[in-house]
Amino acid sequence: MPIDYYLNIAASGLLTGLVYGLAALGLSVIFGVVRVVNFAHGEMMVAGMYGAVLLAGFLGLDPLLSAPIVAVLLFGCGWVLQRGLVNKFVERPEHMQFILLLGIASILVNAMLMMFGPDARNVSVPYSFDTVEVGPLLLDAVRLRAGAAAIVVAAALFAFFRFSRTGKAIRACADNPLGARVVGLNIDGLYALTFGIGAAVVGIAGALMSLLVDARPQLAPEYTLLSFIIVIVGGLGSLPGALLGGMLIGVSEALAGFLLMPSLKSLFSYAVLIVVLLLRPQGLLGKRS
Amino acid sequence: MTGRGLVLLALAGLLLAVAPLVGDRYVVSVLTTVLWFAYVGQAWNVMMGFSGLLSLGHTLYVGLGAYVSAALFVHYGVGPWAGMVPAMLVAVAVGTFIGFLGFRFGVKGVHFSLLTIAFAEVARIGFDHIQWLGGSGGFFLPVEAGVSDPLNLRGSPLLFYYVILALVVGALALSRVLLHSRLGYQWLAVREEPEAAEAVGVDLFRARMTAVAVSSALTALGGVFQAFYFNNLFPEQVFSMGRSIEIILPAIVGGIGTLIGPILGAFILTPLGEALTFVLEESGFDLPGLKQLFYGVALVVIVVFRPEGVWPWLARRLRLVRQPGEGA
Repeated sequence: MPIDYYLNIAASGLLTGLVYGLAALGLSVIFGVVRVVNFAHGEMMVAGMYGAVLLAGFLGLDPLLSAPIVAVLLFGCGWVLQRGLVNKFVERPEHMQFILLLGIASILVNAMLMMFGPDARNVSVPYSFDTVEVGPLLLDAVRLRAGAAAIVVAAALFAFFRFSRTGKAIRACADNPLGARVVGLNIDGLYALTFGIGAAVVGIAGALMSLLVDARPQLAPEYTLLSFIIVIVGGLGSLPGALLGGMLIGVSEALAGFLLMPSLKSLFSYAVLIVVLLLRPQGLLGKRS
Repeated sequence: MTGRGLVLLALAGLLLAVAPLVGDRYVVSVLTTVLWFAYVGQAWNVMMGFSGLLSLGHTLYVGLGAYVSAALFVHYGVGPWAGMVPAMLVAVAVGTFIGFLGFRFGVKGVHFSLLTIAFAEVARIGFDHIQWLGGSGGFFLPVEAGVSDPLNLRGSPLLFYYVILALVVGALALSRVLLHSRLGYQWLAVREEPEAAEAVGVDLFRARMTAVAVSSALTALGGVFQAFYFNNLFPEQVFSMGRSIEIILPAIVGGIGTLIGPILGAFILTPLGEALTFVLEESGFDLPGLKQLFYGVALVVIVVFRPEGVWPWLARRLRLVRQPGEGA
């Protein structure tokens, strides 16, 4: 049944897309609050992948279990980065922020290249080649778990921003930095916290991604661009939009890779981006500024 | 500029004109690279520096210029002096199309920069699949040793050196003329305060579109030069995002929006990179990625400590330009 075939491909694209969406969520959080575009996002994601690879290699940890450790490490890096460097640039012109983060991205990706070499590193788990039957679909166990974990983390993030006091404070910062300062919020501290959260989220996405894709430094710029595409397609500053955009891109990539040529799959993502920019520049779930 | 600045500029020009007579092949090849980056940085500067439009996919125009002129030469025997016209036209067509998409639909700031990246990436993947242009295997221009045919831009490194020197001087002169024209003042107004510019009657759309057109045309010429100088083109190199960053670095380091900045930046970065390669090779400590790591550190250091670039600071310190309030 060819229709099953397509459904299967779309479903596995959807699951991969959830992990993409989680990565984009991290980018969206940082941009939505700190108003800085994190050009080192894919680099952080690949750092998360290597974190999972190393923890699996030395301690035999499943990436699903090492994800929290990776998250803590990347939270620290993000926090320090915001405190030490990026915070000085919050008020500066956009292009200077870009350049700063491009520089950081270049340092990160080349440091990883020097440490780990250009060869792909993979994680093997006992269920690497298992499949799970869901109705008419036959899904990879790794993909299913990665997708489910991405949903759990995204839900936790939504809950944090919706219900916790700190989450509300961060949203207040995003809505009106001056007003937030007036009512006594520690803006710089919250910015550092937000950058840390964004880095932690993309780190988790990287750890999950290590189940699906072999870690290579060259992936970093691709993931940066992919996260951008997803965030714009979903709507800048919209968290559900990032997840939705991730799923859309995941599915379209999977179908394009199957119907056309694997090497053309990212072309399709750019086509989606250009169409969205033309028809709905604010993104699927974004509000007009 | 002050008298001192003009004298220094003339001196630098004279030095560059006679450099090949005293320097060896290596010096000429490094200087050619420096001047190429200076030229392309100057072209990018028209968009970013003068009009505030940050293009992060500028290598798209380099690649289009290179591929169009190379295809005309290899497949139809059309030389680069004629081929550069269609090369520029194609780049302008694509550039204004991106501009049209961006400016008509209010795609601003970050979004516009990402749109430029997206198109460069589309070109990279697309050209990988065009077999007529060699696909991902690369497109090669025929190389014959000892041929001197300036009409087809075939010849010694010296020929290429003087061609790129002429391009840099031409781009500098053109930038200077444009900046002090009606159009140039409109660009600056659009860069500083788009709303205010519109309020006094500047057509934002037209000003931005002309900036894109001028910049993409000039950049495409750099691409034509690259194709005939290196004689090989690979989509993965020509259209890569890393390349886009590499070609805008000199302008950033030298000083965005200044006339001398991109040239000075190229003279700082390329020799620095050469020196680093030399030191690394000599010390036997040449890890892949170390040079790029160094570029990343340089970028961060520059943007933290000299955010406006090296040239404005240097010019102030050495009194090469008139200070505000100093009079003529």
